[in-house]
Amino acid sequence: MNAAAGRLRLGGGGPAATERSREERRLGWMLCAPAVVAMLLVTAYPIFYAIALSLQNLDLRFPDQTSWAGLTNYKTVLTSSLWWTDVFNTAFITAVSVTIELVLGMAIALVMYRAIFGRGIVRTSVLIPYGVVTVVAAFAWFFAFDPASGFVNHLPLVPDDKAWFGGRWSAMSVIIMAEVWKTTPFMALLLLAGLTTIDAGLYEAAKVDGANAVQRFFRITLPLMKPAILVALLFRTLDAFRIFDNIFIMTRGAQNTESVSILGYNQIISRTNLGLGSAVSVLIFILVLIIAFVFVRVLGVRMAEGRPGAT
Amino acid sequence: MTLNWFVATQPGGTIQEVAKSCSDASNGRYSISVNLLPTDATQQREQLVRRLAAKDSTIDLIGMDVIWTAEFANAGWISPFPASLAKQVTKGDFPSVVKTGSFNGQVYGAPFNSNTELLWYRKDLVSKAPQTWNQMISEAEKLGSEGKPETIQVQANKYEGFTVWANALIDSAGTKVLSGPETVDLSQKPTEEALAAMGRLAASPAAAPDIDTSDEDSARLGFESGDSAFMVNYTFAYASAKANAPDVFKNMGFAKYPKVVPNRPAKPPLGGFNIGVGAYSNNADLAFQAAACISSSKSQLTATKLDGLPPSRESLYATKTVTGAYPGFSQLVKQSIAASGPRPQTPAYQDVSLAIQDALQPPSKIDPNDPGSSYDQLRSNLEDAVKRQGLL
Repeated sequence: MNAAAGRLRLGGGGPAATERSREERRLGWMLCAPAVVAMLLVTAYPIFYAIALSLQNLDLRFPDQTSWAGLTNYKTVLTSSLWWTDVFNTAFITAVSVTIELVLGMAIALVMYRAIFGRGIVRTSVLIPYGVVTVVAAFAWFFAFDPASGFVNHLPLVPDDKAWFGGRWSAMSVIIMAEVWKTTPFMALLLLAGLTTIDAGLYEAAKVDGANAVQRFFRITLPLMKPAILVALLFRTLDAFRIFDNIFIMTRGAQNTESVSILGYNQIISRTNLGLGSAVSVLIFILVLIIAFVFVRVLGVRMAEGRPGAT
Repeated sequence: MTLNWFVATQPGGTIQEVAKSCSDASNGRYSISVNLLPTDATQQREQLVRRLAAKDSTIDLIGMDVIWTAEFANAGWISPFPASLAKQVTKGDFPSVVKTGSFNGQVYGAPFNSNTELLWYRKDLVSKAPQTWNQMISEAEKLGSEGKPETIQVQANKYEGFTVWANALIDSAGTKVLSGPETVDLSQKPTEEALAAMGRLAASPAAAPDIDTSDEDSARLGFESGDSAFMVNYTFAYASAKANAPDVFKNMGFAKYPKVVPNRPAKPPLGGFNIGVGAYSNNADLAFQAAACISSSKSQLTATKLDGLPPSRESLYATKTVTGAYPGFSQLVKQSIAASGPRPQTPAYQDVSLAIQDALQPPSKIDPNDPGSSYDQLRSNLEDAVKRQGLL
């Protein structure tokens, strides 16, 4: 009865339309409710548990010496030069790898979009690196650059005894290359989704007006893809900021290549210092929230608009 | 009754062989099931710690690295041996090894095998092994200037092996990292001498190009490749060179671990495994009996025969198995283990080890002419670590 009334009143507009949208919103919430409950159970509980742990002196090796710590764990982390070195490393790896991925990903997306022959094969083969388990990929890159087993040092222009993982920047560059190789396909896929939403008629109109290919790319493709690009950047930045596997396999944080996630692992798993480790984890969580906030509020990412497949 | 033995594998098959022969000898009272841990010591410990902290009752027997005892015992994760059995499983063992398996005056680990590092060198390049690190570096640099192989192989990646190296040098220089479970020792002058030797090697052309990522295996490979003159490494290096690099092996000499200062004896590193019994095991009595069998002289000789592991019992060094495994240097191995400088014993060992690595690795950051700032960093790191403070 209500729904029918709403439909009848639809043409009238005004207050009736808002009533209908309110109903739709209520229905939406009800449909979402199971997912929200599940999310609360599997994400909210661990988050609050981690916060509770971070406020205690809690070390599994010294179970009798557990006590309330207040904010001292946070003070320890934030006053440690190691934390700030690791934040820098993580931000550096994130910025460089995401930039390279964006440029390469855009090029690959354009190729996939334009491919006339074997479109399916092109799209599938581009995705292969993304399908490889990160640890396996990390080992492959490690062995390739390892002076004892790798082929890289036998390439022309590369010194035979170059110890790639013996220096901070050379190790960092291998880590970034592995990261880029692995996740560029994901970036390309998100960008391809954005590309397909652009109306082909716009290009034809621009061509008629005499715009060349470069102009069409910068005046039509890029502006219209902005939502897709921002979403892709957001996903990749959040992902890259939590980098763990590649570093763990290749250097385990040696030569000053440690990321914040490795730092958290060392506190929780190696030292079983749950208090200190949880403080690190909570701080990483806050940094991730800040990144998401900057993207959503400052750069204006609209998730629904830029979502792959959205029109 | 099945007893679960969590232990790192040995490529020669020692573990499986010992588990089988002890099961057979028990007349059906128990059968030992082997649960292999990763090969890397850090990861072995991480797996065990996660299980033990969760009070895993399936852990009956543990192959414990010599550095874990204090941590595991203090946390209540392993049980002390009953007094009579404690006497039996430590009888005739090197005192330095027995100490690694003890905590607060009780025996928590039955020594299964020991290990130590020697100085390996090329007899065709130098006529006599150098006595000290400084001497070795000078000789290597001289070889290099003559266009001969000059590299000195050590273990200096950021891992436990680095702590082994640093601890051996600090000990050899005449001080200790810790004087008690929560007390930093580190007399300044000897510590700085040890650090200077590390920094001097790292800055020298005689350092391996991959020194900052070097471990036991990269050192062995470097030595076997023929472009190294010296190497400090465990006893497995001998059999490995024999099998993989006959040309190098022909001229492979061995000597005692180098000293830091000429008038002080070297304190070589001490490795090896002790057998502990899990505190949450439902079969502790049987597990203690099995531990006694695993650590028996017979089992130790199996480890020597199959995997070249040095026994922890002094008397076994006169047996044919041992003299055969270490032709000409079995007494050197024995003396090195007896004179060794074990790593610090503290429940916070993991923190201490990470603190050393954080302060000194890569060794190229130690200024050999002025190691003062590295010393200060090491001391302040360790002061935090023994109290389990600070980020590592």
